[in-house]
Amino acid sequence: MELEEAKELKERCSQCDAISWGLTEEGKYYCTSCHNVTERSKEVINTDIIPNTKIKYISRGLKRKSKFEKGWDWYVCEGFQHILCQQAEALKTLGVAPEVKNEVLHNFWKRYLQKSKQAYCANPVYTSRRKAQVLEDRVHHSDWTNGPELLSDANCTSCLESGAESQSDVPAPKPFPAPKAPQSEAASVCSGSVDGIEYSEWKEKGVVKMTVPGTLALCYLSLLWQRETVTLSDLLRFVEEDHIPYIKAFQSFPEEMKLYGRDKGIFAIESWPDYEEIYKHTIEIATFLDLPRFPDITEDCFLHPNVLCVKYLMEANLPDEMHGLTHQVTKMTGMGDVDSLTFDPIAKAARTVKYDVQAAALIVVVLKLLFLLDDKAEWSLSDLAEVHNEKNKTDKPWFNFRTWYQVMKKSVDEKKLKWEEARAKYMWKSKKPLYFSHIDKSVAYKRREMVVNLQKQFSALANSTPTVEKKSPSSFQFRWAKDDPARPCFHGHSLQGVLLKKGPALVTKNSLYWLSTQKFCRSYCKHVTTYEESNFSLSYQFILNLFSFLLRIKAALLHDEVSLIEKKLFKKKYSEAKKNSRSRKVKR
Amino acid sequence: MTDFSEELTRPGSEDDQVEISAVSGTGMHFPWLQEHLDAVATRGKKKKEFAQTTGACLSFIKEALLKHQWQRAAEYMCSYLQILEDFDSNKRQSATEIVWKLGSEVLFYHPESSTETFNTFADQMKNIGVLNYLKISLQHALYLIHHGMLEEASRNLSQAETWRYGEKSSSQETLINLVQAYKGLLEYFSWSERKMELSKLDKDDYAYSTEARNIVSHSWKTSVNFNALIKTPGVWDPFVKSYVEMLEFSGDRDGARKVLTSYAYDEKFPANPNAHVYLYNFLKREKAPRAKLLSVLKILYQIVPSHKLMLEFHLLLKKSEKEEHRKLGLAVLFGLLDFAGCTRNITAWKHLASYLRQILMQNHLAWVQEEWKSRRNWWPAFHFSYFWAKSDWKEDKDLAYEKALIAGMLLGKGCRYFRYILKQDHQGVKKKIKLMKKSVKKYSIVKPPC
Repeated sequence: MELEEAKELKERCSQCDAISWGLTEEGKYYCTSCHNVTERSKEVINTDIIPNTKIKYISRGLKRKSKFEKGWDWYVCEGFQHILCQQAEALKTLGVAPEVKNEVLHNFWKRYLQKSKQAYCANPVYTSRRKAQVLEDRVHHSDWTNGPELLSDANCTSCLESGAESQSDVPAPKPFPAPKAPQSEAASVCSGSVDGIEYSEWKEKGVVKMTVPGTLALCYLSLLWQRETVTLSDLLRFVEEDHIPYIKAFQSFPEEMKLYGRDKGIFAIESWPDYEEIYKHTIEIATFLDLPRFPDITEDCFLHPNVLCVKYLMEANLPDEMHGLTHQVTKMTGMGDVDSLTFDPIAKAARTVKYDVQAAALIVVVLKLLFLLDDKAEWSLSDLAEVHNEKNKTDKPWFNFRTWYQVMKKSVDEKKLKWEEARAKYMWKSKKPLYFSHIDKSVAYKRREMVVNLQKQFSALANSTPTVEKKSPSSFQFRWAKDDPARPCFHGHSLQGVLLKKGPALVTKNSLYWLSTQKFCRSYCKHVTTYEESNFSLSYQFILNLFSFLLRIKAALLHDEVSLIEKKLFKKKYSEAKKNSRSRKVKR
Repeated sequence: MTDFSEELTRPGSEDDQVEISAVSGTGMHFPWLQEHLDAVATRGKKKKEFAQTTGACLSFIKEALLKHQWQRAAEYMCSYLQILEDFDSNKRQSATEIVWKLGSEVLFYHPESSTETFNTFADQMKNIGVLNYLKISLQHALYLIHHGMLEEASRNLSQAETWRYGEKSSSQETLINLVQAYKGLLEYFSWSERKMELSKLDKDDYAYSTEARNIVSHSWKTSVNFNALIKTPGVWDPFVKSYVEMLEFSGDRDGARKVLTSYAYDEKFPANPNAHVYLYNFLKREKAPRAKLLSVLKILYQIVPSHKLMLEFHLLLKKSEKEEHRKLGLAVLFGLLDFAGCTRNITAWKHLASYLRQILMQNHLAWVQEEWKSRRNWWPAFHFSYFWAKSDWKEDKDLAYEKALIAGMLLGKGCRYFRYILKQDHQGVKKKIKLMKKSVKKYSIVKPPC
């Protein structure tokens, strides 16, 4: 191996004129006959790593060895680019169309770099920040930092395509065109990346700084743009199940991209993504990128409530017939409109629909319409269904809320326990330990080694068959089957027991309804209403918990959404209530 | 090793409990407060899920240990170990101890675990934090002793004994002393084995004297190990005991006495009944004067009135010429029988019966009344109930007889216990019962209603 690599160099040795080169451990060439070590190192010559000349030019600068660590000089945004690339790859293996990666995400990222003035612009943020340096380096900067025209530069391939060379026609962003970091600073506060310190202190009005959760927001934006069949909650669940790199994403950076010091604060993540947080990020980034109106969400799109409701009805093991009702509620509330569903970041109040939460909330509203969920009506209706099913065993059975509850409660509890166990066993720490400074390095590595040893020891004593195998990704978490007594299926059950024929139309047997919220909060705290569990019926709590577990969100969020739908559905009622309170205020 | 489990419950749950009580102290319910408190504790940042899941992991381990699911516990241990890489050094520090305790517990009980696995685990854990080295070394040695590997344990302790780490070592002086003392204990063990061998030899044998000399010199060497520890305040029963035994063997009676006296009387030491017991036994072996023995037992009486030596104390007091001693002798017996553990102690009851008779014969009714005054309310139910009469009679007729006699004397003929025993028309004890009736009539402190 060594000899083979060394054959690339055809020059004669300056000392003994022999052409027989070997490689030192540091990657430098040395003469095997006279042991003279040259200044030339392997990276510079080996063009396999650096695919084109322009990047090679940069790379020569980038790959200069820093004082403390042998590694490349790399920029924080390159790190994010690497993570995005991995995430996009993972999405592709999950079955998402390749365009998401190659066109949409790629373009969004490029746009982001440009908007945040990190690349593709005349005066990148780092150069302007260190003007003195720029003056020095201007000569060799000038030919490749001249802005957006680089976007059309079809020659360069970058990390984003490193996994798929075939799409080389797609333009890719360039690594950071920024000067070298002053090495003297690095003594006390340090980072493996060139600009880790500046990046963590970088505060600029109007600029959205990229973060690791931000990468997920970008992924979601791309999925949304392509109208892929992945909801935000699905995406986050895949992250949690480790199908999409996120928590230890930096682990797969190339060996030469050293990560320590301030980089730790930027790339080390110790929490799973939170639905609301990523949702907020998504809007923030979309507005920052100044994206145009997204493609329309029409009735045949996966994200349309009609389609999503079917999915969640199946997931929650509810009768198919309920779909008619959800459809109707969607229509009445106008939630199926293209305009209200399509994300438009340029609109005044940029807001995207939480499609998954909305669909789940629709089902909750329909359940309330059918069964009232006041801890009484649903049980007496269940009694009726039970008697009917007992008598007519051959017919299509009536949906019995009680048996459904019993089945669901058991399965959800089991699933939740498994979920908690899997979470408790989650390995947060990467194979590459992170440390604050060089002094800590050996300690951190030693600690890592010790933990690995200890883990080996205990895993030998654990069950030989690991209980939590990595689940294959699926958009469904439950499987219901007609013939399986453990997980019986209610999809085919009829709603006849809860509906009445009145003339040509069907009406619900239950004519009552209660509103989840009477008043909406108008303050700036962003919550719509408060959800204090104990104020609500147990059935309602159960159903909220069921769906919030499926979506991995807080029950309060779903409750908010339910309240919002009710507000639209019972518009009259709310406006009356408002009037009343207003008139009362006047009287006082 | 076994008291790990008690300590185990502490580290994880402690702060939770504190917070809960702080929240629910007023009886009001603030669902948001907990979150708020957490937020304050983490300086406004959301609690990281890493902390959350490792916490959950810890409780899963505890649950598994509680249910003796060692494999499951080991499985969760694998995940829990990552807490040793926590970015927060404080947490890392406290986690080390938890990991050690939980891990050693798992390895101790796990069916597939071996001494080798335990040794590697302990050796690794020793080197995590400077301050853990001695503690873990000591517990490691205890594990080895438990498995009968005395030599290994001794080697381990010697290694720990020589451990020094700058200024840190001074703060761990007690631990070093403890390590030394345990090493001494191990040497004591081999010493006493040799002593046993010696006792098998013929005293006139030539080998005997050389061996005896060897043993004496051995004991000298060993005693050095105990010296430092015994001077530090604390409860060191096994060490003191073996130390004294070796001192005595080598003929250093004064030294032994000095050690025991300071162990029992030094005010810096925590109150320790055993210290007085050891001193008493030593003095008894020495045939010390009665006054000295009495003074030792008097202190023991104040600390543990239910100690079995109290019977000896009573006998000593009984023989005393001083009236106050004899009065105390009665109090000692009553005091002993106040304890539920002594209710079936037939010797105590026998002593009480005969002593009561003796005292009443000497016309010290006031003494009895004084003792009885505070017990009148509860002794009848405690000792002389109908239930006790029945069960005592069934299990131990002698005991029932003694108790009935006392009941009769203290409570009068109408007493239930007395009546029940009286009614038992048993052939063998007829004479006894007759006697009992007579003495009750004669000595009862309750005046029969005229």
